[in-house]
Amino acid sequence: MSEYVLFKQLIDPDVRELNHYIKLGGYEGLKKALEMDPTAVVEEVKKSNLRGRGGAGFPCGLKWSFMPKDDRQKYFLCNADEGEPGTFKDRYIMSENPHQLIEGMVIGGFAMGASVGYIYIRGEFKFIADQLQKAVDEAYAAGYLGENILGSGFNFELYLHLGAGAYICGEETGMIQSLEGCTGQPRLKPPFPAQVGVFGKPTTVNNVETIACVPDIIRKGANWFLTIGPERNNGTKIYAVSGHVNNPGVFELPMGTPLREIIFEHAGGILDGKKVKAIIPGGSSAPVLGPEHLDIAMDFDSLKEAGSMLGSGAIIVMHEDTCIVEAFARLADFYAHESCGQCTPCREGTPWMAQIIRNIENGDGREGDIELLYDICVKIIGRTICPLGDAAVFCVKGALDRFRDEFEYHIQHKKCLVENKVAIYG
Amino acid sequence: MALRFTDQDMKEIEAICQLYPDKKAATLPALHLAQKRFGFISEEAIRVVADALELPVAHVMGVATFYTMYNKKAVGKYHVQVCTNISCALMGSREIFQHLKRKLDVDLGEITKDGLFTLQEVECLGSCGTAPTIQINEQYFENMTVEKTDALIESLKKGEIDV
Repeated sequence: MSEYVLFKQLIDPDVRELNHYIKLGGYEGLKKALEMDPTAVVEEVKKSNLRGRGGAGFPCGLKWSFMPKDDRQKYFLCNADEGEPGTFKDRYIMSENPHQLIEGMVIGGFAMGASVGYIYIRGEFKFIADQLQKAVDEAYAAGYLGENILGSGFNFELYLHLGAGAYICGEETGMIQSLEGCTGQPRLKPPFPAQVGVFGKPTTVNNVETIACVPDIIRKGANWFLTIGPERNNGTKIYAVSGHVNNPGVFELPMGTPLREIIFEHAGGILDGKKVKAIIPGGSSAPVLGPEHLDIAMDFDSLKEAGSMLGSGAIIVMHEDTCIVEAFARLADFYAHESCGQCTPCREGTPWMAQIIRNIENGDGREGDIELLYDICVKIIGRTICPLGDAAVFCVKGALDRFRDEFEYHIQHKKCLVENKVAIYG
Repeated sequence: MALRFTDQDMKEIEAICQLYPDKKAATLPALHLAQKRFGFISEEAIRVVADALELPVAHVMGVATFYTMYNKKAVGKYHVQVCTNISCALMGSREIFQHLKRKLDVDLGEITKDGLFTLQEVECLGSCGTAPTIQINEQYFENMTVEKTDALIESLKKGEIDV
């Protein structure tokens, strides 16, 4: 039985209420942090090997250490935009264990010398933002937010900010633009947000799950966190499993849990006892895997080694009745829809890829289409301001690499390889 | 009739502006408020928001047209948004969507004759573990099937539930 670092609602279903959270050791981490030197807090997070849970897996403590130590206004921004297809984990932290996120925000603010924090939540999650706001109000009333927190002299204001339906705002500089009241078109880096972030001030952006790990790291110490999960991939991870499984949902497990255990034990195995065909292991942008990967350890380094990525830890399972061409036509369409339009390779390339895959799916594929898709991939990747274009390429190229035969069959026979397929598109 | 924010709305906008060092940051929240108040974001609504925040109309127009949640034209009383992205599609959202199209007999983004429904296809709603998901106004309806969708639409029509 694994330990719950984040999903404390599984220990106490009322943990969303402040007094229940406190009973489980809530805000003890903050008390401890406020007695430490801010640099020591950053060092402790560094030592814990906590890596970003939003997708990139960047070491959190290192990111925090990039913040300048001068007396400029600084901001701590929480990315709760959760829009990567297949991802539905942060919402449960916010609705079920909101104080842990709030506590993590205050500790992070203290460590980095930021006196204001914003939680940027996707607009569709207004009902979740309303729940989170209640917890924020409670935390203010109890003196965990606001001025002179717990008599420490540290002030921290925390505000919620709703997005309005744009996947691109999950990219940190797109989010910064959006928080400033603009279109969410990402910015060139450098300057990095730690130098010039929101409102022109030093800013750090972290994902909800990352921030929610911090209170227990401080309370129990980095060494405790290091006992969970494999080396350099420590802690628990919330795996969000969707698609063709009997028991879809979110499961908090030690990082590095084998994919097979997640799918067959926790998510109840494949619907109707069918065979697994494809598994996207980290949200739609992670290159797709096949059944031969079921024994892979679900952590950052193992997935990277397998040519994919842990991303957000969102596992999308497709069984044998899925037409891969159709599934990826739908995903290619998503990236085309969400491209912000700023960089030509992405703006023009993503709809072009979607159109070609749609043509192949509809029986209008031509000889050379696969090569053309690969060529477009080369012309997008690394040539855009933000990683949306790269993500679209990882998604499409992953499918081409692994399921090329299915694309070829479509082009040659003008029909699907799969009979009685699940209708995904059109 | 000319659109305007009520005094209460203006107070709310003023309070929102206090959360940021720059008024411009209130653009998204103010547009959300305008949509709630006026039903959708018309050009006039954009001007009202621009006036309230003392920002150029072009800026507010740019923002309003960038984000998909701002409806640029009127929608029915119930804005039915079906997620058709991968996880929902794998669990049958395409069938639900096609069924709704036939049942409501309406083109995408248009309003049914009774003024009650507008049907829209949307990208991932972050509700993949409870797929298929339909969002109606601000509420999520999860684990949907064609039958459940039918029952939901009927209940809305009869006024048995409201969202």
